[in-house]
Amino acid sequence: MMTSALEIRDAIRSGRASTVEVCRSALTRIAALNPSLNAFHTVDADGALARAAALDARRNEDGHLPLFGVPVALKDNMCTREMATTAGSRILDRYIPPYDAAVTERLEAAGAVIIGKTNCDEFAMGSSTEFSAFGPTRNPWSIDRTPGGSSGGSAAAVAARLVPIALGSDTGGSIRQPAALCGVVGLKPTYGRVSRYGLLAFASSLDQIGPLTTTVADAAACLSIIAGHDERDATSSTALVEDYAATLTGDVRGLRIGVTRSLFGDGLDPEVLTACDRSLEQLREAGASLVDVELPHSSHAIAVYYLVAMAEASSNLSRYDGVRYGYRAAGASSLGEMYDRTRDDGFGPEVKRRIILGTYVLSAGYYDAYYLKAQQVRTLIRQDYERAFAEVDVIAMPTSPTPAFKLGDRVEDPLQMYLCDVFTVGVSLSGLPAISVPCGFTAERLPIGLQLIGRAMGEVTILRAADALERATTFARELPPDVRPA
Amino acid sequence: MLRFLVPEPSHAKDTFTAADVERLARLARLALTPEEISLFSHQLADFLAYAEQVQQLDTSGVAPTSHAIGAPTELRHDQVTPCLSRDLAVSQAPEAARGAGLFKVPRVIG
Repeated sequence: MMTSALEIRDAIRSGRASTVEVCRSALTRIAALNPSLNAFHTVDADGALARAAALDARRNEDGHLPLFGVPVALKDNMCTREMATTAGSRILDRYIPPYDAAVTERLEAAGAVIIGKTNCDEFAMGSSTEFSAFGPTRNPWSIDRTPGGSSGGSAAAVAARLVPIALGSDTGGSIRQPAALCGVVGLKPTYGRVSRYGLLAFASSLDQIGPLTTTVADAAACLSIIAGHDERDATSSTALVEDYAATLTGDVRGLRIGVTRSLFGDGLDPEVLTACDRSLEQLREAGASLVDVELPHSSHAIAVYYLVAMAEASSNLSRYDGVRYGYRAAGASSLGEMYDRTRDDGFGPEVKRRIILGTYVLSAGYYDAYYLKAQQVRTLIRQDYERAFAEVDVIAMPTSPTPAFKLGDRVEDPLQMYLCDVFTVGVSLSGLPAISVPCGFTAERLPIGLQLIGRAMGEVTILRAADALERATTFARELPPDVRPA
Repeated sequence: MLRFLVPEPSHAKDTFTAADVERLARLARLALTPEEISLFSHQLADFLAYAEQVQQLDTSGVAPTSHAIGAPTELRHDQVTPCLSRDLAVSQAPEAARGAGLFKVPRVIG
């Protein structure tokens, strides 16, 4: 049974296991469970085993590396040289990037073994993985339910213990919401904390990469590896990268946690609210104080988020034109016809909806009314957080208003799908770091996540609070029904 | 399953018509089918009715936020560095004159 990344690394370092054995074990689990979960879109068994053997041969020299021998997965919107990278889209069905993303390079330099690529909503646009061109991923806790999205493949892969670490990307909640729905830890770092070089862009003022893991310590260790300035991404921050795992003391005495009760309105599942309240009470018992805070403009965050994200998406996705890479519609008699048919055949329904709407809000006559207005309200949302963080160190709220919903429940109604992002998009618009940590289960044994939000570059504080909650509870150690040890 | 209550828009939104979708599809270079045009016009009208709430807010004097954490503070030096080779750059093209390092497209000029 797969344990945490740091435990695996230590077992390999000490000679209790070899990288090849660990890699084979992961591949065996993937072969057994992936046909029902569809968590992985691509598995590079041969490449991973060759890499594992090479690492084993260099254990004496490289064993000190922070993820030495640890199998990891990447969401399929991060470039991997010579390994297919589709972003869940037919338009990139056969795309083999000629370069590695910055996170790919950094994980490999840290000694990790990249096992494969995980399924996601097309170009990360969705909250359920149902918008992947390659079929939905299923939730290991309940096979007829969504794992969340868009990084649903990464969350399901970690929840089913196929790999201990999978990277996701988060534009409006796409790491945190699937982490919550699959009962794992998901960290969205501060905007600019991790280089996005080689991440297929969705909405550039919001996109950020982060880890999904089974423990807070693994997320902290992974962040120290992938964070840091990269001159190939001008938005990446030069702020100091810390040894985040070393700051997990379990001590939350004196920590002021803001609670946003006024946001808990219609649509919040009572079991989610109860589990979050109970966890906050545990943090209070551990020495934190709970303070009511208000984020008065949060009710507008979904509208603002989708206006901004769709506008940026319509611009970013104009590059997929069938000329330089990816799919091209056959038989077009002119360049214009080739563009139009390539994009209609190659993109799925959610991507097309967003391109159309993004084009609308950026077009003459509507720009001021929608896009500029949304950017102004974005300022108000950001200022709400700034005011609240003058009073508190962390803000807590549920990650998702409901537990995992059934596949097919929301896919025909885009607005209902968008509304599940109610607790995550304001954080994204403000560029803040946030972590989803397991905080309970519903009566039907569906996982629930608590979201802890920090100040910009305040990852240390939210990781410490999440770790303290993990120490006080057993939720992170519970396994989905079909992966219990025999 | 829980459904979210969607607030009624405060005044009737102009309908988002099929003609609007067709015009935008041309701008966005998408050859949508008639079924897609009809479906999207309804779905996008629903979203715009929902999003109308932002127009009710007074934002006079509020500066727009384009990036949450501000603009890049440190620009790289403007130096020539190695980049993808021409062979690699065309390696993923659906059609290319690979030896010559050129992308191929259908006829542009009549």
